[in-house]
Amino acid sequence: MSDRISVAKTYKLYLGGAFPRSESGRTYPVADAKGKFLANAAQASRKDLREAVVAARGAFKKWSGATAYNRGQVLYRVAEVLEGRREQFIAEVAASEGVAAKRAQALVDTAIDRWVWYAGWTDKLATVLGAANPVAGPYFSFSVPEPTGVVGVLAPQRSSLLGLVSVLAPVLATGSTAVVVGSQDRPLPAITLSEVLATSDVPGGVVNLLTGHTAELAPWLASHADVNALDLTGAHAEQRKGLEEAAAGTVKRVLRTPLEEPDWAERPDIGRLRAVLETKTVWHPTGV
Amino acid sequence: MPETKTSPAADTGPPPAFADAVRDETSLRRFLHGLPGVDAVGVEQRAAGLATRSIKKASKLWAIDMAISMVDLTTLEGADTAGKVRSLCAKGRRPDPDAPEVPRVAAICVYPDMAATAVAELAGTGVGVASVATAFPSGRSSLAVKLADTAYAVEAGATEIDMVIDRGAFLSGRYGQVFDEIQQVKAACGDAHLKVILETGELATYDNVRRASWLGLLAGGDFIKTSTGKVSPAATLPVTHVMLQAVHDWHATTGELRGVKPAGGIRTTKDAIRYLVAVREVAGERWLDPRLFRFGASSLLNDLLMQRRTQLQGHYSGPDYVTVD
Repeated sequence: MSDRISVAKTYKLYLGGAFPRSESGRTYPVADAKGKFLANAAQASRKDLREAVVAARGAFKKWSGATAYNRGQVLYRVAEVLEGRREQFIAEVAASEGVAAKRAQALVDTAIDRWVWYAGWTDKLATVLGAANPVAGPYFSFSVPEPTGVVGVLAPQRSSLLGLVSVLAPVLATGSTAVVVGSQDRPLPAITLSEVLATSDVPGGVVNLLTGHTAELAPWLASHADVNALDLTGAHAEQRKGLEEAAAGTVKRVLRTPLEEPDWAERPDIGRLRAVLETKTVWHPTGV
Repeated sequence: MPETKTSPAADTGPPPAFADAVRDETSLRRFLHGLPGVDAVGVEQRAAGLATRSIKKASKLWAIDMAISMVDLTTLEGADTAGKVRSLCAKGRRPDPDAPEVPRVAAICVYPDMAATAVAELAGTGVGVASVATAFPSGRSSLAVKLADTAYAVEAGATEIDMVIDRGAFLSGRYGQVFDEIQQVKAACGDAHLKVILETGELATYDNVRRASWLGLLAGGDFIKTSTGKVSPAATLPVTHVMLQAVHDWHATTGELRGVKPAGGIRTTKDAIRYLVAVREVAGERWLDPRLFRFGASSLLNDLLMQRRTQLQGHYSGPDYVTVD
């Protein structure tokens, strides 16, 4: 047996492309599925969340303004880096979700494939969801999908990586920026994903990943006037009604999801892409 | 407490305490170089220390309203149009259309050719019209041109004149020239208040900032102002500390109250509140008054309004809920 004592980690938040501690200075212990200590994670406060929204808003112009092709390339690059961290993800998913190594491997592979799948959608969305509308008059009428803005994502509580990728990748593919509250009890794969994002070509602020207590952060995210859409996937059952009401107060798009998490391994449709897109229709006179 | 007045009389000379200092250029130099040096580490540490003070709830709301009432809402762009100035004036009169109780800003700050437009828009509202003058922002022109520039703004109805000092002359040690210029511009201002812009970003040292501050006060400036906003670094907390010390000491010696205006780079409520803490701690509580402390800013006002809404509505606000300038 080795005498070496392993280095216990205290992770930080991912905010505006940097890894700051929580403004509150709080951390909380993260345990594996059997209750054994894994690491400390930062416990974000509402002020961290506010900073995250500022960062996401700041990054929106550049990310949404990038060409769809370019966004796709950046997301493919993320998949490459994910692939490089495969072993680490497998170990973390196995520990967090309490699944066997083989199952964890399948989950990580599916997550990387899912990311690639969404990366492919960036330059196809306008063709599939846009239209040249037939109108009864001397006009061209186009409808084009546009990213909605800053999207607040309450990540799935149970599926720590595949679920997270399944809710985050569609937001990025459309050109929106994200403020993600990671799984409260299983945050490690999310933290590693933020390290992947930081070392790939995703501009700082496009993804902001907070760890902490979902019930504490969710109401501030739902009521924040500078957040344009809210994904309720990881919200607690008893909070959902209040969150929807708060979101309605500032006219957010709300993505309602079933209380029970779906089988994330199932092949997705473009519903999650459509949920964070606005349709802009332009009328333009024909001829002179 | 000694008798106080807010504005130096234009016709009388400097207060008796400083009559010797301004007798000629040599004595002026002796006086300015005799000022104690600024402890750079100390002033930066104090500024950083005070900046950590946490202002919450009712105090924060008070600070936000105070800061709004101290804003010199500024547009100094080559692209300024009468329309833009008018919309800025509308915003200054009623910063938050949803909340009539929000105080008006202190003044609208424009170039001299826009002063008349702003005066017409703001008549009877109590919001002042500040005009930059004296070959703003570089100050590189003849005295005659600077005086004509000032007269132009005053004739247009500006109630406050923001002049720039000749930094070239100051840094070459021609203090007498700078002093005379400020005095003559002050005379050209008539009833208008004079703010003396030191452009601290070009003065290089805190000692120079202290000397320039005293020079501005001796020559009769009602306010000393950090920067034009066209040079980086603009206003910083330590520099503002040094200037606040100068007006505090001026008041202690002469009984006259003079103001300070940091300008440029103050964009967030958090920044503004840090400045207010510095005002309270360095100069004193009576400087928490729009007549004695101003913020030269444009985007700051929107952030103050957003924070005000956050405080009152209980949730974070966003830039979609305030006007775009």
